[in-house]
Formats: sequence, C-alpha cells, structure tokens
Amino acid sequence: MSDGAAMVEATVRATLVDILGISASRAAAFDETTPLFGALPELDSMAVATLLTELEDRLGIAIDDDEIDVDLFETFGALVRFAVGKALN
Amino acid sequence: MAEHCLRFPGSNDQPAVLIVPPLFDEANRMRRTLVLMMRTLSALGTSSLLPDLPGQNDSLVDTEAVSLNDWRCALAAVAAQENRPILVASWRGGALIDDAVSNALGWWRMAPIAGATIVKAMIRTRIACDKESGRQSGAEAIRASAAEGPVELAGNFLSAAMLDGLDAATPSLVEPLRQLSPSDVGGSALWLRAEPSEDATMAEAMAADIHSWAAICAAR
Repeated sequence: MSDGAAMVEATVRATLVDILGISASRAAAFDETTPLFGALPELDSMAVATLLTELEDRLGIAIDDDEIDVDLFETFGALVRFAVGKALN
Repeated sequence: MAEHCLRFPGSNDQPAVLIVPPLFDEANRMRRTLVLMMRTLSALGTSSLLPDLPGQNDSLVDTEAVSLNDWRCALAAVAAQENRPILVASWRGGALIDDAVSNALGWWRMAPIAGATIVKAMIRTRIACDKESGRQSGAEAIRASAAEGPVELAGNFLSAAMLDGLDAATPSLVEPLRQLSPSDVGGSALWLRAEPSEDATMAEAMAADIHSWAAICAAR
C-alpha cells in the first residue's frame, strides 16, 4: 500500500471512531472484510450521511449525491477503496 | 413565547458565558457534555446560560416556522436581558449566529462549520433514507420541493427561508476570538456520534479554557 493510501485508510478509521464512538483499538482491528453496514447498528442513514460529509472535509474530496449507496459501506475494505479512489486520483 | 434557558450560577463580578449550542441533531449529541461543562464553569466561579433557540430542544415552536435570522434575534434578545458583560461560546453551527450578540466581550468557538455543510449532510441523510426504502431522490428535487412547503430532512421540517439562510451562512468575523478544535482540549468530535455520548474530561478542559478566555477578554 502506498503512503497516500495508508494515510487515507487511517483517516477513514479515525472518522469511524468519531462517528461510531468505538475504541481506537477496535477500529484498528478492522480489516478488508470487516462488515460495516448491517453489522454495526449505529451506522444508520444519518451516520452514513455524516460519514460521507466528514470524509469530504478531512480528505479534501468531493462525493456526488448519486454515489450515496449502502454498498459503499458493506465492508471496511470497500469503504477504504472508495475513499482512496477519490483522494488519490 | 418564552423559551427555556438553563442557567448555572457563578460570581457576579465575572462575565457570564452565553452558550450557543450546535444546530439540529448535533445539539442533541453535545447537550449532555455541554451541561457537564456548565457545571464545571460554575465551580470555577463563571456563570453560564444555555438558551433554547426557537424550534430547538424543548421549544414549543415548530422548526418549520423559524429562520436563521429568528435565531439571531432570539440570541440578541437573551443577551440584552443580561445586566453584565457576556462572553459568547459557540459550537459548530452555533458559530453561524453567535455574532448576533454584538456587544460581547469576546467569542470562543469550537469547530465552527459552514451552513452549506449542515444542509448537505441533512439532504444526504434524506437521500440515504429514501434509497433504503427503495425510493430514488436527488438533492435538486428535494431543494425544489421547499418552494411548496417545509421539507423534511433528517427528522427536521425546514422552511425554504431556513434552507436559504443556512446555505448562505458562514461564521462571521468577530473579535476577540479564540477558536479551538476537539484535539486542543484532548477531546473528540462528539457532535458526530451516531449515539449521544459524554466526555467529562473534554467538558472540564473546555470549561477551563472558556473560564480563562473570559478573564482575558474582561481584562482587555
């Protein structure tokens, strides 16, 4: 993983910690296949909207409203891939 | 209609701290920690007041009946009733209206946010909700529907005037201003939490910071 991608992943983890109120150690254990949407009851529509808006701010990216899709949040890996694709391209 | 105002006492020769909470859902997520902070301020000898904005918290006014300008007027009216110097402390969207207290000794802001960002997150909540229920919706259609009546966004009914006001609002330049982010007080962005939480350490650190900033502003 490039330094840039590692930085994006760390930002995604930190944002999930803030929004879900989970411990940093629990978030540190998230890997590619960790399920998010459906597995974490806190991740409702409002949390999804908050997460996307906060990632835009922290990563300096723009997310189109059409891209709001729970598939993005199916796993931690899918969310990181989406964010890396936005931030590094 | 008189709104509720939570007050904690302090020394009468110190400035009082007027607290402008975050707006909408973020206010609910911060309230418990804000009240903890007020209690600490009181122990330090600084009085504080946390008024309900019309349409927020315990207010009986419908949110759809208020605009950002109404909130500014409400804050100015609360400040005008205090017969002592005031320091204004605001969180997040509260910074969009905190300059309404024009004769404050000073201002303190935690992580101020643009009104357009608040609207964007609320509209996205609505879009995400609609998608879950199998309905397609878009930001433009949602905004356009405000012309016909209040729009329901993330559980809040907002008028076109409120949406327009928020879209255009950014924190005003105020002076003297002390502006902090959560990491400055060893805290986290509690206002983002999906489930409201509390952070007593952050509350105490914010109280200590506001208490000393009030003293600095009073001595100017």
